Amino acid sequence: MSEAVFKNPESLLEVQTHYCPGCTHGVIHRMVAEVVDELGVKERTIGIAPVGCAVLAYNYFNLDFHEASHGRAPAVATGIKRARPDLMVFAYQGDGDLASIGAAEIVHCANRGEKVTVVFVNNAIYGMTGGQMAPTTLPGQVATTCPTGRDTDLAGFPIRIAEMLSTLKTPAFIARASVHKPMHAVHAKQMLREAFTYQKEDRCFSLVEILSTCPTNWGIPPAESTEWLEKNMIPYYPLGVFKRPDGEDRAPGPIGPARRRQHAE
Amino acid sequence: MAKKLMKGSEAIGEAAVQAGCKLFYGYPITPQNEIPEYMSHRLPQVGGTFVQAESEVSASNMLYGAAGSGERVMTSSSSPGISLMAEAISYMAGSELPAVIVNIMRAGPGLGGILPGQADYFQATKGGGHGDYHLLVLAPWSVQEAADLVQDGFDLADHYRNPVMILGDGLIGQMMEPVEFHQDRKPIKEPKEKTWAATGYDGSRPRAIINSLFLDPATLEKHNHKLQAKYAEMVRDEIRYKTYGTEKKYDLLIVAYGTVARVCSTAMEDLEAEEVRTAMIRPVSLYPFPYAAVRAAADKADAVLVVELSAGQMIEDVQLALQGTKPIHFHGRMGGMLASPEEVMEKVREIKSGKSQEVCHV
Repeated sequence: MSEAVFKNPESLLEVQTHYCPGCTHGVIHRMVAEVVDELGVKERTIGIAPVGCAVLAYNYFNLDFHEASHGRAPAVATGIKRARPDLMVFAYQGDGDLASIGAAEIVHCANRGEKVTVVFVNNAIYGMTGGQMAPTTLPGQVATTCPTGRDTDLAGFPIRIAEMLSTLKTPAFIARASVHKPMHAVHAKQMLREAFTYQKEDRCFSLVEILSTCPTNWGIPPAESTEWLEKNMIPYYPLGVFKRPDGEDRAPGPIGPARRRQHAE
Repeated sequence: MAKKLMKGSEAIGEAAVQAGCKLFYGYPITPQNEIPEYMSHRLPQVGGTFVQAESEVSASNMLYGAAGSGERVMTSSSSPGISLMAEAISYMAGSELPAVIVNIMRAGPGLGGILPGQADYFQATKGGGHGDYHLLVLAPWSVQEAADLVQDGFDLADHYRNPVMILGDGLIGQMMEPVEFHQDRKPIKEPKEKTWAATGYDGSRPRAIINSLFLDPATLEKHNHKLQAKYAEMVRDEIRYKTYGTEKKYDLLIVAYGTVARVCSTAMEDLEAEEVRTAMIRPVSLYPFPYAAVRAAADKADAVLVVELSAGQMIEDVQLALQGTKPIHFHGRMGGMLASPEEVMEKVREIKSGKSQEVCHV
């Protein structure tokens, strides 16, 4: 008798991807699907797709799904969760969707302590519309609407969503992770699992910000993109848990794999 | 149940509860604050939930999410707030979600004022949001009718899987009148099982995707044809209007909706004493608009007078109905000013004596 040690998650459909080569949306989709499977909540999980690269997320997840208008996924999640508290509800959003047009919705969803989970994919650029500056675009980073690089005098500094949301008093689980290397992906999966578990236990709002690559719009090959992310994004967007509902991990500073690596070096 | 003296806003809230609405998402805006306030204390009594959203944008998207779960849901707002909800309303129409949206209209444009207006007629009946869609729009003229239309609204929204708008002016929200809730009320449409709702996929039915995105143009056109077929069904089955004095001979037909029609009916009574013969038709469904009924009623008159609390919006539908067959006159007030019975009477006398200028045909 052989035992399957690796298979496609039940919550993920076996279909061809539309994501660009080197994009990490596919990895993140898979990890979310694995967590839904592992927690045994597939039959009562509703996903919400954003406007952005993941707009077609419902073509990949084998789950009931809602489309949301641009930025409003946390409001849609609130609507569903309040209507049916027995359902597991997650919103999957990019940085333009969540940190720009949907900034009000995410803040108030978190502040009300809606017992939903938000998967926030931050690749520091608008992907679907073709590489415009995002609220998370790094200082000096070139985008089609800041062709000489983000000028912080004009556009301000990139918004650190995980840090910002963790200042809210309402109990929550807020973490930042990355999937650019396998070790980081393992950590990201742990964060997602913890986030969904808090919802399953009806405890609190949860958000996992996941740093992601966008080789197409960064204009660099996939392999170099992971290095670019590690070199440029992680110093500005430190990994780790920023807030837990019991308040234990409120201390600032990253505790994720990146820091451990630094120590090792 | 005995008649109870209630404020229009509270009657609207209670009617929703009686219709099985357990969820309300709203944001404060005058002159409809009594609706969310009522729902915030009433819904917990029936095991429901009230959420005060951070904005009308958010409230309407909460409504969209909750409607997708198959529950009966409602929101309310007033003119500027409805503008903010326009995007979500278009999504709900596109995704074929039932919901009841109450607009207690105030005077505009912009921040305008907090007093009654009817200047959101175009927004309610001709679009508001983007794309080829329609809301089923019902306009009450009394607190009792507001309560009845809210209850009917939930049945119609479920039947057509389309948002229904209750379009009242500030007077409907603020005035107090006796209202009765009928305990033995039967749904006006046969309730259907909401097999389309996203409630979790267990393999026993196709996956539920609440969505209005169709990237393939042929598929999107087909989806649009499906929506249009539904609107055609509404036009066939859901036209509502009331006539007053049309069984008698009359020279002038008044067309008015909402509380303005009540002002006109007072004017008609007084005009009767002056032996000026008038009749009135009051559209109750603004979409679908009672074109044929307006035309038929106008056929018996020499002229038509449209009265609105706007610069003249419904008048365009009256012009469409009449196709230039009768002269149309208009009396409108704006800015939160109300039309009085006296000024309606004066306008009628002007029309009779040939002093009123007829509205140019478009």
